[in-house]
Amino acid sequence: MAQALTRAMRDAMAEDPTVHVMGEDVGTLGGVFRITDGLAKEFGEERCTDTPLAEAGILGAAVGMAMYGLRPVVEMQFDAFAYPAFEQLISHVAKMRNRTRGAMPLPITIRVPYGGGIGGVEHHCDSSEAYYVATPGLHVVTPATVEDAYGLLRASIASDDPVVFLEPKRLYWSKADWRPEAPAAVPGIGKALVRRTGTSATLITYGPSLPVCLEAAEAAREEGWDLEVVDLRSLVPFDEDTVVESVRRTGRAVVVHEAGGFGGPGAEIAARVTERCFHHLEAPVLRVTGFDIPYPPPMLEKHHLPGVDRILDTVARLQWEN
Amino acid sequence: MTVQELPGAGASHRSPQPPAWSPRTDAAPLLPDPEPYRVLGTEAADRLDPELMRRCYAELVRGRRYNAQATALTKQGRLAVYPSTVGQEACEIAAALVLEDQDWLFPSYRDTLAAVARGLDPVQALTLLRGDWHTGYDPREHRIAPLSTPLATQLPHAVGLAHAARLRGDDVVALAMVGDGGTSEGDFHEALNFAAVWQAPVVFLVQNNGFAISVPLAKQTAAPTLAHKAVGYGMPGRLVDGNDIAAMHEVLSEAVRRARAGGGPTLIEAVTYRMEAHTNADDATRYRGDAEVEAWKAHDPVELLERELTARGIIDEAAIQAVRDDAEAMAAALREGMNADPVVDPMDLFAHVYAEQTDRLREQAAMLREELEAEDQA
Repeated sequence: MAQALTRAMRDAMAEDPTVHVMGEDVGTLGGVFRITDGLAKEFGEERCTDTPLAEAGILGAAVGMAMYGLRPVVEMQFDAFAYPAFEQLISHVAKMRNRTRGAMPLPITIRVPYGGGIGGVEHHCDSSEAYYVATPGLHVVTPATVEDAYGLLRASIASDDPVVFLEPKRLYWSKADWRPEAPAAVPGIGKALVRRTGTSATLITYGPSLPVCLEAAEAAREEGWDLEVVDLRSLVPFDEDTVVESVRRTGRAVVVHEAGGFGGPGAEIAARVTERCFHHLEAPVLRVTGFDIPYPPPMLEKHHLPGVDRILDTVARLQWEN
Repeated sequence: MTVQELPGAGASHRSPQPPAWSPRTDAAPLLPDPEPYRVLGTEAADRLDPELMRRCYAELVRGRRYNAQATALTKQGRLAVYPSTVGQEACEIAAALVLEDQDWLFPSYRDTLAAVARGLDPVQALTLLRGDWHTGYDPREHRIAPLSTPLATQLPHAVGLAHAARLRGDDVVALAMVGDGGTSEGDFHEALNFAAVWQAPVVFLVQNNGFAISVPLAKQTAAPTLAHKAVGYGMPGRLVDGNDIAAMHEVLSEAVRRARAGGGPTLIEAVTYRMEAHTNADDATRYRGDAEVEAWKAHDPVELLERELTARGIIDEAAIQAVRDDAEAMAAALREGMNADPVVDPMDLFAHVYAEQTDRLREQAAMLREELEAEDQA
């Protein structure tokens, strides 16, 4: 996936001279995860810039650059390091189009490596998507496959609106049969995909939890469950129709994500599914999420992250009997 | 006991010398003169450009009248709020006058007057404060960023824009305005640091008007002056009398020239005074005394210039009257413009959130449309 992300930026920079990559350590080092590897060498330090260490400054400067017609792609080194930039994000990035009645859109892509499962110490593993999805004016997308890493990042950079691009850190090294010489076209921002068809229940998920859900779906076959898995890909806009269609067909739904459950995206999804599928549901919409705790230390994270067993236990609860 | 006498401090135990190090910049040229730079009432006034000063005077008088009119409009309920710049007009006007057409102004919420002096229609400039829309103009058309209510957050935008313009080879300077309180914000620090590292063509203008709402400068910073902060970033700092428009114009012009020539950013602190309250919602008598306000009245920016220009024969009674008449006409036009009820379209709520409306917003827009139709029928 790391390679696909690099390739997406490289292709975008080659095609459009207004695309600029910026952030901490993105130049000479190629980023702490090497996602910007080689870009400074190929396009020069003016197009791939090592900035001072200051997230608000990075995003604030990107706002000015976008005001002048550039398309900045900003790297926030780790999820929790993006928090100093929240005022810029919420008060300016998300609102500039609105404040100026459409006169000044800001085509900024904000890449945020997010989520746990890599044994990182504290402040390196947050699932911060709930903050972003609660902010009108931002698109929020997250790839779970190598194809999507490329396709969604290209679509984000091409978007005339700001996009928070959440990169599941633990999928950076995931391998897949991807041919970088001919990247496949993928549906753009705002479209969910059914990754596995099934009839007994729908698992609704995104980003780092997609592989876990697919594994759970395979394991569930032994229990006699045929699970459908929907990958949201985009949290804002939320592709309600694809989700609703699936749940109406299967009659049962579980939302799975790493972020805490209270006020997490799953709460909104469960509410919407309930509103639109009430008469089709055989059981309440259930959620499997991270606990409502600060992200735990590495030796405890396996107890916090939604895993296959917890998903299967929850699926079992869908045989609802009061 | 001296250090030499301490056990273990003998030559044989000494650590090796650290690698040689020296500062990258000589700090002296960056340091501001601690006395604010003045022109009016000094020998420097001998070289005033009469034509420029007549223009400055006309703009100052218009600015004072604009402030009075906007404040009156708050009393009539036509403006939700107006942060006055009475006493600070020289800063506002000079900031607008030193910029070329292609340059950009990044105003704070208090800097409506600078935007108007740059040529923005006064009614358009006041939409934020009237409440019909956040920004009533196209920033690109006027090269004026939206008035920024969060403090100092527009400063990194100015840096980014100036940097982008320079990358494209365009001759553009950004002038960013902030108050004394805003210099305590993290974005102020980050913007100055970025600008200096990138050598971006930016001028930072701090209007030190004495108070951040009610908190005086002494409780805001322990720096000798706000201009001294420049040294820490590696850019020159200048201290200037913010009520002296000739000095303001000269210092700002020099900084703009320097930025345009590739010399990088400058931090300018204009020492001025906010004669009125923070806004009409504030009671200034709770935090400052009449004596202080009276003392500043004697150093009024309009009168300072009027005295100098009259004494030098650059303006006379007739010219002063003509300027006042012109300002009165501007105020009448502003009154008329503001007395017309703004037309707002409720459906605009959903029009400019995204380039393409999301399903969610379409659904909510439909709900509002139904509510509006029901109201119409009732």
